[in-house]
Amino acid sequence: MTKDQREKPKKLTGIAVSPGIVIGKARLVDRSRVKILYQYLIDEKQIKWEVERFEEAVRAAKKQIIAIREKMPKQIQEHSFILDTHLMIMDDSMFHDATVETILKERINAEWALKKSLQKINKLFAEIEDEYVKERVVDVEYVAERVLRCLAGKEQESLFEIKERVIIVAHELSPADTSSIDIGKIMGFITDVGGRTSHAAIIAQSLRIPAVVGLESVTWEVQDGTLLIVDGYTGEVIINPDDNLIIQYQEKHLAQKELESSILRMSHLPAKTVDGYKIAVMANIEFLEEVAAAKDHGAEGIGLYRTEYHYLRGNELPGEEELFSDYKEMAELMAPYPVTIRTLDLGGDRLSPGAGTKTETNPALGLRAIRFCLKNPDIFKTQLRAILRASAYGNIQVMFPMISGLQEFLDTHAILKQVMGELEEKGIAFDRGIKIGIMIEIPSAVSVADILAKHADFFSIGTNDLIQYALAIDRINEHVAFMYQPFHPAILRMIQHVVKVGKEAGITVSLCGEMAGDPLCTSLLLGMGIDELSLNAWGIPAIKQVIRSISMEESKADLERILELDTAKKVREFIEQRMSQLIPYLGRKDLNAEEGSLRGRAQR
Amino acid sequence: MELIKKLKINNELGLHARAAAKIVEVASKYRSKLYLRKGDQEADGSSILSILTLACPKGTEIEARAVGEDSEAMMEALSDLVNRNFDEEK
Repeated sequence: MTKDQREKPKKLTGIAVSPGIVIGKARLVDRSRVKILYQYLIDEKQIKWEVERFEEAVRAAKKQIIAIREKMPKQIQEHSFILDTHLMIMDDSMFHDATVETILKERINAEWALKKSLQKINKLFAEIEDEYVKERVVDVEYVAERVLRCLAGKEQESLFEIKERVIIVAHELSPADTSSIDIGKIMGFITDVGGRTSHAAIIAQSLRIPAVVGLESVTWEVQDGTLLIVDGYTGEVIINPDDNLIIQYQEKHLAQKELESSILRMSHLPAKTVDGYKIAVMANIEFLEEVAAAKDHGAEGIGLYRTEYHYLRGNELPGEEELFSDYKEMAELMAPYPVTIRTLDLGGDRLSPGAGTKTETNPALGLRAIRFCLKNPDIFKTQLRAILRASAYGNIQVMFPMISGLQEFLDTHAILKQVMGELEEKGIAFDRGIKIGIMIEIPSAVSVADILAKHADFFSIGTNDLIQYALAIDRINEHVAFMYQPFHPAILRMIQHVVKVGKEAGITVSLCGEMAGDPLCTSLLLGMGIDELSLNAWGIPAIKQVIRSISMEESKADLERILELDTAKKVREFIEQRMSQLIPYLGRKDLNAEEGSLRGRAQR
Repeated sequence: MELIKKLKINNELGLHARAAAKIVEVASKYRSKLYLRKGDQEADGSSILSILTLACPKGTEIEARAVGEDSEAMMEALSDLVNRNFDEEK
């Protein structure tokens, strides 16, 4: 394409949810079509297998529809009939039997055979005069599409065979979508819908790539290969930029990078205060792919490995081998540094059908995390076995989320011991001295922290949940979100108490909530005597830099004064004023962009 | 045993998806095979897609054919369903 034929630049503005600037080609994720390839099957075995593959896909598709039907809100239950029709279509002879027959007779792959069935049905429906009935063919196509997707998923192929680095353009992205994309090939995400907590936003933040959501109609404006500029700082997306715009954004990108790298260069130095006190700074991660970024940013271990991804990506619960190989690779990559694996922190409502529980009116206070695992020991044991087996390959620690008191921890510990016994019997290697920790995120656990400390090897304070539970606010609820205050004196006292009793018992106390990544909290936490901070990888260089700029002595003195202040507002003002003296660059706008993205991260 | 019976579709919407689904339900409850004929077109009573392609609006006369050991019971259930206008709300 010559310059003159280029389309004119067009600017769209959405919500910036993950910072950064990228210039690249669009890859449109068309949610309605799966590419179908023709394949001739040579031997009988293949044909038999192909039929089984089709049956398996139909079963999976049915399972999905049943799950959707069960989750339907009461108000629209009457429309669930359409889903029953979809189930019926999958069993229909024209859909199901005809496809199997085509596979057998014409020796072709399931996808192509299904396409042929669909063509036949289409033809029959095209002849119908009744417009309403004619329209029903849409349902057949919808069902076929779902089965085709299941067929594609079964092969573990990426949805869109991406060969070069691209910017993903989609109406919206579900966890299933993002888990079938080759993450390394994605430069950024832009979507029509979504907000700060949408899945695309969370994934982009984790991967440290820019994302803009809520662009409304970007999927209509862009085609595969369209040149795009995505500005994850401002939320601007430029379609078909001209040379001037490209240069302008490249310069902005370079300036931003320069600033980040100046901090990054220092990131491998230890986080030691000016008076020689050292604390460990670790990374919170969610995917194996993030390990490289964690190491690059100077992480001295993984302080929180969220393990929910494997449970959300597919239709079925992950198997022990899948989990094991993931945990093992993580341990090997990080060794000798520790990898702290948090066991499943989900409720049944978010798990695949099969493990499904009824919708709860108040899931935050419902059957989730360790409670769910204790109720479903089989699911729990599978994960524990995977963790223990992986512990033979590196420095793995395990910690349990949402422990509310000693009995719960003892019950959990008993299951862990039981799994250990089983492994021992079978002669399977694992780290017998594996460190066992408790997430402190429920106020009751804070109250009895002294009791818990006698039984655990370490504490990890999950401030995100702790603040919500202690202040009884849901930060996603816009009416009370302003009350989410890490500097609330109650929260500060709670953290201080946990650190104090942990120290008395001689165990490590770490903090893995967003407070760990907020430069304003660093001195405060240091003064309390926290041993480790764990935060999103890209924030590590900045936090290390802060630690290197302050002293333990001053932090302790400041803390004493802070604990005398009676409101969150006063605490914040005091800290802001102190920090602007100690670390002038904290007031700079560019660093606050980082902070903003941290705040935007969904509470999970 | 084979049974043939003429039925008139009298519900407002005719043999649309919901009504067709109900016929499939009846067909699946019995061991006999069910066929529906309209003019020279015959549909498989156990296939919702096949029934839909018959395209029967209100007032259509169809010929139902049940083949098998429990064809009598099946036919009774079917004509009952048709006579109840598929329990469609007016």
